[in-house]
Amino acid sequence: MSTFATQFLKQARVMAGDLRHRQIIRTALGNYGIARDKGKTSFQDWEGARQLAAETKWEAVNHLDQYLEEFVAKIEARRTKVHWASTSEQAREIILQIVRDKNARSIIKSKAMTAEEIHLNDALEAAGLNVVENDLGEFIVQLRHETPYHIVFPSMHLTRGEISELFQRELGSAPTDDPQELTMIARRVLRKKFLTADIGITGANFAIAETGMISITENEGNARLTAALPKTMITLLGIEKVLPKLEDLALFLPMLATMGTGQALTCYNTMYGGPRQPGESDGPEEWHIVLLDNHRTELLADAEQRDALHCIRCGACLNVCPIFRNVGGHTYGTTYSGPIGSVITPHLRGLQDWKHLSNASTLCGACTETCPVKIDLHHHLLQNRRNASATQPAFFERLAYQIFGSITNRPALWAIAKKLGRWGQPLQNLVKGSALDPAKAWTRTRELPPLANESFKDWWRNRK
Amino acid sequence: MNERENISGRIREALKAPAHQPASHDPAPTPATASTPRQWLPKVSESVDEQLALFAQNAAALKANFQMFHMAEDLRQALVRLSEAEGWQRVAGHSGDLTNVLCPALNLPLLRTDQAYDFHELEQCDAGISECDALIAQTGTVLVTSRSAGGRALSVLPPHHVVLARRNQLVADLPAAFELLNRKYACNYPSMISFITGPSRTGDIERILVLGAHGPKRLTILCLQD
Amino acid sequence: MTITLFIPCFVDALFPRAGISMVEILERLGHTVVCPEEIACCGQPAFNSGYWDQSRPVAAKVLEQLKDAETVVIGSGSCGAMVKKFYPELFAKTPQAELARQIAARTWEFSDFLVSKLGVTDLGAAFPHKVTFHDGCHGLRELGIKQSPRKLLANVQGLQLVEMAEAETCCGFGGTFAAKFPMISTAMGEVKCASAVETGAEFVVSNDSSCLMHLQGLLSRQGKPIKTIHLAEVLNHR
Repeated sequence: MSTFATQFLKQARVMAGDLRHRQIIRTALGNYGIARDKGKTSFQDWEGARQLAAETKWEAVNHLDQYLEEFVAKIEARRTKVHWASTSEQAREIILQIVRDKNARSIIKSKAMTAEEIHLNDALEAAGLNVVENDLGEFIVQLRHETPYHIVFPSMHLTRGEISELFQRELGSAPTDDPQELTMIARRVLRKKFLTADIGITGANFAIAETGMISITENEGNARLTAALPKTMITLLGIEKVLPKLEDLALFLPMLATMGTGQALTCYNTMYGGPRQPGESDGPEEWHIVLLDNHRTELLADAEQRDALHCIRCGACLNVCPIFRNVGGHTYGTTYSGPIGSVITPHLRGLQDWKHLSNASTLCGACTETCPVKIDLHHHLLQNRRNASATQPAFFERLAYQIFGSITNRPALWAIAKKLGRWGQPLQNLVKGSALDPAKAWTRTRELPPLANESFKDWWRNRK
Repeated sequence: MNERENISGRIREALKAPAHQPASHDPAPTPATASTPRQWLPKVSESVDEQLALFAQNAAALKANFQMFHMAEDLRQALVRLSEAEGWQRVAGHSGDLTNVLCPALNLPLLRTDQAYDFHELEQCDAGISECDALIAQTGTVLVTSRSAGGRALSVLPPHHVVLARRNQLVADLPAAFELLNRKYACNYPSMISFITGPSRTGDIERILVLGAHGPKRLTILCLQD
Repeated sequence: MTITLFIPCFVDALFPRAGISMVEILERLGHTVVCPEEIACCGQPAFNSGYWDQSRPVAAKVLEQLKDAETVVIGSGSCGAMVKKFYPELFAKTPQAELARQIAARTWEFSDFLVSKLGVTDLGAAFPHKVTFHDGCHGLRELGIKQSPRKLLANVQGLQLVEMAEAETCCGFGGTFAAKFPMISTAMGEVKCASAVETGAEFVVSNDSSCLMHLQGLLSRQGKPIKTIHLAEVLNHR
């Protein structure tokens, strides 16, 4: 078992018993669920929208070479500098180099999961640079030295009391339980950063090939400020974010809002087509786009799972996943959590090290059912399991299946097994729950059902 | 071989293996070939009056302040009343048909953001007054660009964003807004296009809605009926 | 018609009453029921864990035993999904691919068979209790079964169905998941049990015995009065 798997199990054990955490998440996601469902019914046909979204993303990803080239050509024509990074390390180095070239001292950053993926902040801080997250949720977890809890709601796990204590400790602010006041504290602190930052770093939700633009979705306005005030802007995005046409956003923006936050449309949806253009009065003088591969081309090559690259990072699958809801985002121990994270992390960070995320699922399919772009999520989890055991089977587990398989479909052996089971159960009862109990994974929290004295097959045979 | 060639090469290689058709795992996919977003998005009436009512309803739900005026003079007075009620000392704006006619009525120092300006001065302004490209009925959205609304920061830095619009700028839905952008700017897009749907907000603290996270806490849309 | 009823391993060994109820119901409807004696397992445990090579021989035996069946009914949503949805995938690009497809096309989960194939919703049953229904995930999402059990329960005399808030949420069993990730499995089961108890129902009913086994295990340990019972047993109750 990889150390990541061991850590996952350990943390899952802690979180699964944390009833307070369970209730916080339940409340947060309950409200979200009501808004989301209401939003879906306002569509004339939600399923029709999903199908069109699936087809549009299929077109984009399955012609990625063409659309990516078009996007880059159009955006370079507007004086944007495009950089290509095969690895996380290259991406970090590109960004560090830009920062060094500009002699930048202060950096502000809006929400970008891709930046989390490459551990950008760690690299910037190691280089002695000050980088401040300006999305409220990201700002909060940055102060706590935590990673984001959820790809859309970074601080979902925290109560207002915890946030107040945090602000008191880190910002020297007065205690308050009022979310409004807490938000204003953050607004005041971050205002100064917006106005003095040398560099603004953003992510992107979509890259539009037709017009050479990126699109950023947000509620707070922090990304708009990040793209307006600093002299140099850097945008990091995965190569798979491409959409063919600008008008595709007419479908994707409302779907992202509905599934991401239960809104009809997020507060600010902004398309950027270049740095400040001739005749414009503000905006960055220089704009750098960093395109990130980091194993996405490998996932692309896996035709069976290629649709995992259709993901629009709405977080809806996290919100319906009963595993996520019980263990929480931090337990996954990696940037992308929930079902999509469990599908792609083995591809991004290594199958054998991370297969446990694909194993930690009942394959209930709620994720696949909810995904706005119809990614076959739960079947990809199964495929990851198949691929993992094909390259590195677990000896005893495989043996167990061989034995079980050879018994169940041989009537005589199966009958003996049941008989042995019936004799063995009283013995098992004696050691139930203890270290000697072979079924203790079950019996620690559950009663075992008794083996029937007369099995179905016995009854069937006897009636003839 | 640089990284661009490396990555492009890997993409081409990867795409040699064909993927199954979109959503082929779906037991009952809704046939959506040759469909457009408009078929699925919430339906919007073709009646302009109903669209206006829808916009007003959406704006109210978003806690944006939307008012219609038949006469420019009434709009002018409303703007002045707003300024007085909020105690504006200084405002920012850009040159435009509506702003040029209506802003002088405020009789306040006006920072112009049409040409290069100091955003520390913009930060001192109580309100940013801009025009827009469209009002979108379906979502209660104000569509602005860096060209139509005085740059990138005017509509997001000051604590109150005031939009001066005309009734004939109302479009029905998001597809119509993108059609408009295409018609108006296809050859030369502004560097920023923004769909503004309500004042700035956050739900990051216990999912409780708070307005004015970083962008404007107040959004006022004053619309002149031609 | 002649119905080949495949009773999977855990129903056979742990919950025979559910299987017996299915036989009695189908015979009462005038059909001939045949239960293949050679097979007990659909191969899902190995399959779900990714050990498809170990699953295939088990499943191949099932295909062999079912190949002459006119109609196959499976007494569990998860095993039904295995045969109907996953056998074609498991046997893709093998000599049994076509056979797997054909058998999948003739296979039904028990409650869906009654309603969608036989067009029967009233079995003359009586079960004067307040119940809530748990939708097993495989039946719900792989086989699209939602209304069939409810249509059947609606015609059971004296039965009052109260839906639980988490009816469609996974119970947390998930086969080997329950043993590999027992803490998560338990947490999910606790959420489910709480939702069921909240309805005030006396029974949790489901078309999947494995789910019921997991819920009953928790309910018994917690000493909760609500009991679990398979849909077929309710429908066979007079």
